[in-house]
Amino acid sequence: MSYLKPALKHPSLPKNALGFTRRDYEGSISTLCAGCGHDSISASIIQSVWELGIEPHRVAKVSGIGCSSKTPDYFLSASHGFNSVHGRMPSVLTGANLANRDLIYLGVSGDGDSASIGIGQFAHLMRRGVNMTYIVENNGVYGLTKGQFSATSDKGSKAKKGAINTDEAIDLVAMALQLGATYVGRSFSGDKQQLVPLIKGALSHQGVALIDCISPCVAFNNHEGSTKSYDYVREHNESVNKLDVILGRSPIAASYAPGEMTEVTQHDGSVLRLRKLHDDYDATDRVAAMNYLARHKAMGEIVTGLLFVDPEAQDLHASLGTVATPLNQLNDASLCPGSSALEKLNAGLR
Amino acid sequence: MKPTDLSSPTYFHKVVDCQWACPAHTPVPEYIRLISAGRYTDAYMINWQSNVFPGILGRTCDRPCEPACRRGRVEEEPVAICRLKRVAADNKDEVLSRMTPIPAQKNGKRIACIGAGPASLTVARDLAPLGYDVHVYDAEAKGGGFMWSQIPRFRLPESVIDEEVGYITNRGGVTTHYNTRVNSLKGMLAEGYDAVFVGCGAPRGRDLDVPGRREAAANIHLGIEWLASVSFEHIEKIGRKVIVLGGGNTAMDCCRSARRLGGEQVTVVVRSGFEEMKASPWEKEDAMHEGIPILNYLVPKEVLHEGGKLKAMVFEKVKAEFDAKGRRNLVPSGEPDVTIECDDVLVAIGQENAFPWIERDIGMEFDRWGLPKLNETTLQSTIPQVFFGGDAAFGPKNIIWAVAHGHEAAVSIDRFCQGQDVTARPDPLVVMSGQKMGIHEWSYDNDVSIDLRFKVPHADPAESLRSIKAEVELGYDRELARKEAQRCLNCDVQTVFTTQLCIECDACVDICPTDSITFTPNMEDEAALRTTLKAPAINTTQALYVADGLKTGRVMVKDEDMCLHCGLCAERCPTGAWDMQKFFLETAKTTNGAQACLSR
Repeated sequence: MSYLKPALKHPSLPKNALGFTRRDYEGSISTLCAGCGHDSISASIIQSVWELGIEPHRVAKVSGIGCSSKTPDYFLSASHGFNSVHGRMPSVLTGANLANRDLIYLGVSGDGDSASIGIGQFAHLMRRGVNMTYIVENNGVYGLTKGQFSATSDKGSKAKKGAINTDEAIDLVAMALQLGATYVGRSFSGDKQQLVPLIKGALSHQGVALIDCISPCVAFNNHEGSTKSYDYVREHNESVNKLDVILGRSPIAASYAPGEMTEVTQHDGSVLRLRKLHDDYDATDRVAAMNYLARHKAMGEIVTGLLFVDPEAQDLHASLGTVATPLNQLNDASLCPGSSALEKLNAGLR
Repeated sequence: MKPTDLSSPTYFHKVVDCQWACPAHTPVPEYIRLISAGRYTDAYMINWQSNVFPGILGRTCDRPCEPACRRGRVEEEPVAICRLKRVAADNKDEVLSRMTPIPAQKNGKRIACIGAGPASLTVARDLAPLGYDVHVYDAEAKGGGFMWSQIPRFRLPESVIDEEVGYITNRGGVTTHYNTRVNSLKGMLAEGYDAVFVGCGAPRGRDLDVPGRREAAANIHLGIEWLASVSFEHIEKIGRKVIVLGGGNTAMDCCRSARRLGGEQVTVVVRSGFEEMKASPWEKEDAMHEGIPILNYLVPKEVLHEGGKLKAMVFEKVKAEFDAKGRRNLVPSGEPDVTIECDDVLVAIGQENAFPWIERDIGMEFDRWGLPKLNETTLQSTIPQVFFGGDAAFGPKNIIWAVAHGHEAAVSIDRFCQGQDVTARPDPLVVMSGQKMGIHEWSYDNDVSIDLRFKVPHADPAESLRSIKAEVELGYDRELARKEAQRCLNCDVQTVFTTQLCIECDACVDICPTDSITFTPNMEDEAALRTTLKAPAINTTQALYVADGLKTGRVMVKDEDMCLHCGLCAERCPTGAWDMQKFFLETAKTTNGAQACLSR
C-alpha cells in the first residue's frame, strides 16, 4: 500500500499567482476506502484554494469525528488544522475565529457529525453567522461503523443489507436557510465542474457559507435503493444554476439573454456570476429558495447549485463589535487592561 | 476519438519507450527490475536472448533507449539503461548452462556468414540451436569484427569480446574460418551453401581531398584503419601534436586513443556545429574530459608540409546559413583562416560500403549508392539465398542495429531453408500478467524513487591516460546499480482500463500524481481533445488511451506521456476498473526463450 504520493509531477503543470502548482496544496494519501466521494471533495478543495491563489498558511481547517473529518489530513498539508471532538467542530472553529479573524476558516464535517451529535452546534453556528466555509460531506450512512442509516438518510431508502429507513431525513440546506446562513449551496462529489466554483465562492464569502455535498459511500451506500449512490444522484441531479467565481474585474466572455445571467458582488470584491439553468430560480431570494427547494424535493429531485447568497452578509465579529486585530497580535496591556478597567466595565453593566 | 485498440501488441509496446526505441526491442524494464533484485544472471539472460552482446553493449551501445526514456521527461535525466546492462554482465554467475542447447543432430542445411561482426554472429547464434551448420568467415584472426578492431580497449576490454563471441562460436554448430578473406561471392555460392549471410560491415573510411594530402601521406591516416592497427598492436605511438578530423564516434575514439599513445596536444576539428555532431553526447564529454578541445565550423583547406614532412593544416572558418527550405549550408564566414600545427592527422569523416568482392554479373542488384537492393524486412537480396545485415545492409549504423538485423535475417534464412514464405513474418511473443497480489499490493516495486541519475565511477584520469588498455569506466557497483535501477518507472507495467467496471468516482483522476487521467465528453479531433485534458497533452508522439462505453457517455482519456506507472490509479480504484498488468514482449526469433532462461 502506498502512503506517499510520488513527488514527481507533470512538468507543464500550471502555476497560480503565487507560483504554486496544484500539487503544492495536497496532503497525504487518503486512507479512506478507494472510490470514496470524500476524496473527490478533498481534490475539489485543493483545486479551489489553488485557483484562488490563497497561501496555505492563511487557511485553518477544523473538523470533528468521522470519515469526513479525517479528510483534512488529505489536503492543504501546509495549513493550520484542528481535528476536534465529535460534533464540536463549530464551537472550536467559532473560538478560533474569534481569536484570529485574519485566517480563512474551513470546517469539514459529515452527516453524522453535523446532523446527529453536532446538530445543536450546527444550528447555533449558522444563526450566529461565523465567517467560515462549512462543508458537510454527506453520504447518508455511518461509514466508520459499517453503514447504519444516518440522520440525513432519506425516508424509504434502502440499506446495503436491505433494511428500509423509516425516519424522516434532516435537510441541512433547509435548516441553514431557515437559520440565516448567508451562502448556501448543494453539490455532488462526482461533479467537480459544479463543486469547485461553489467552494471558491464560499471561501471568498464574508459570512457563514454552507455546502451540503452529497458524497457516495462506495463501501456501504452505493447500491440499488440508496438515494446517495453515484447512479441515483446522477439521475436525479437538478442543477439550478452554473456558477463562475471571478476575482477582480474581467469582461463577460459569452453573451446572455436578459435575466439569464446575474452577477453578485461580494464584500471582498469577488463576483459570483450565475448562469440560470432553471428560469424560475432566484438565488438571492431566501424565502423563494426555501419554497422552491421544498416543492422540488417533493418531486424527488436533488436540487444542486448555489441555492442562496446574500452579498450583504454580516458575520459574528460585526454583531459583537470585536477588535479588528487578531488577539495574538495585541500586547499584554490591550489584552489585560487591569482591574480598574474591569471595575469600569462592571459599573457600566449595573 | 475512436477507442484505443488493445488487440495488437503495438499500443502497449509503444508505452515502453525504451523497448520501442531499441532496434532489438530488448525488454528493458524487465531486466532492470531483475538487477535491482540482485538477479544479475537472470538480467543477463534476458539481454543475451535479445541483444546477444550484453557485456559489449553495456559499454559501447549507442543507447537509443535513453533519449526515449520516460524518466527523462518527468525529471532531468533518463535511467542509465546502458550502464545497468553492464552491471548484469559484470556480476552474473555461470550462464552457459542456461543457453539454448546446440543439437548434435544437424538439420542438413549449411549456412555461410561473411564477416564475424555482430550481425553475422547473431545469425550464427540464432541458427545453430536449430541444427544448422553455420560457417563464419573473417579476414582477421579473431571474431568480433568492428567491436574488436575499431573500439579502443580503454572502452571495451578484449576479454569481454572474447567471452561473448565465445558463447556463439565455442558451443558447437558454428565453424569459424578466421584469417580467411572472402574475395568472391560467386566462389562462395559455388560451395553449395543453402544460404549466405553478408555481414562484412562498412569497411572503407572516407578520405580527405585537399592540396598537400598526397605529399604528406606518411602522417595522414584513415581513422578506422588506424584504430584497427592500434587494436592489433601494429601501432604503438603517434606524434605529439595530432589533429582528428570528423565529428562522429570514430573521431572520438581516435582522439582519445591518440591521447594515450603520445599525443599531448590532440585537437578535434569538425566542419559542423557542436550540437549537430554525430558523436553521442557522452562520448564528446569523455573526450573533452581528457583535455581534448573540439573546434567547430572549420573546413579543411590545405595540408602544409615541408618536403613531404607534415607541418600543419589550414582551415577555413564557416558559419551555418539556412535557405528558404530550411536546409543548412556552411558558408565562409569571412574570418581569417585558422592554421593548426600537427605531427599527425587522423581522418574520421565517415565510412563507405565497399563490395569489390561481389561480382557484378551474378544477378545482384545495387542501388545508386552502391548498396545492395534489399527487402527492408526480410533483408533478402535479389539473389534469393543471399541475405544482408549490419552496416553492409544499409550503411553505417551501430552494433545494436546489426544485432536486430541478425535476428531478422536468421528468421528469413530459416524460413527460406524450410521452404516457407520469407515475407510471412512470425508474431512476437507477448505475455500480459496481472501484478495484483492483494488489496493495495503489487508484485512490482511501485514506489517511485526521486533520486537523480547516478554517475558511473571513472578511473583516475591521469592513470587511465597512461595506458591504451586501462578501462576508463569502472561500472556501477552493486549498491549504486540497485539505486539507479530503482529510478526505472516500470513502464512495462501497464495501466489497463475496463470500462464495464468503472463507476466514474474520479478516484483515479484525483490520485494521479501526473494528472494523466481525464473523464470528458469525447471529441472527433484528437488535437482538440488533447487541449481539454487535465494537464496539457502536448507531446503528440505519446498516445492517448481512450475508452468509451461509460454510463455518463463520457470517455476515459489517459495521456501516456508522463505516467509514472506508480499504480496509484489502480490502488485507489474501488472496482478494479484499473489494473496493473505487466507487458512482456519478445520479438520473434528462430527460438524464443528469454523466459525459459530465468531461474525459478
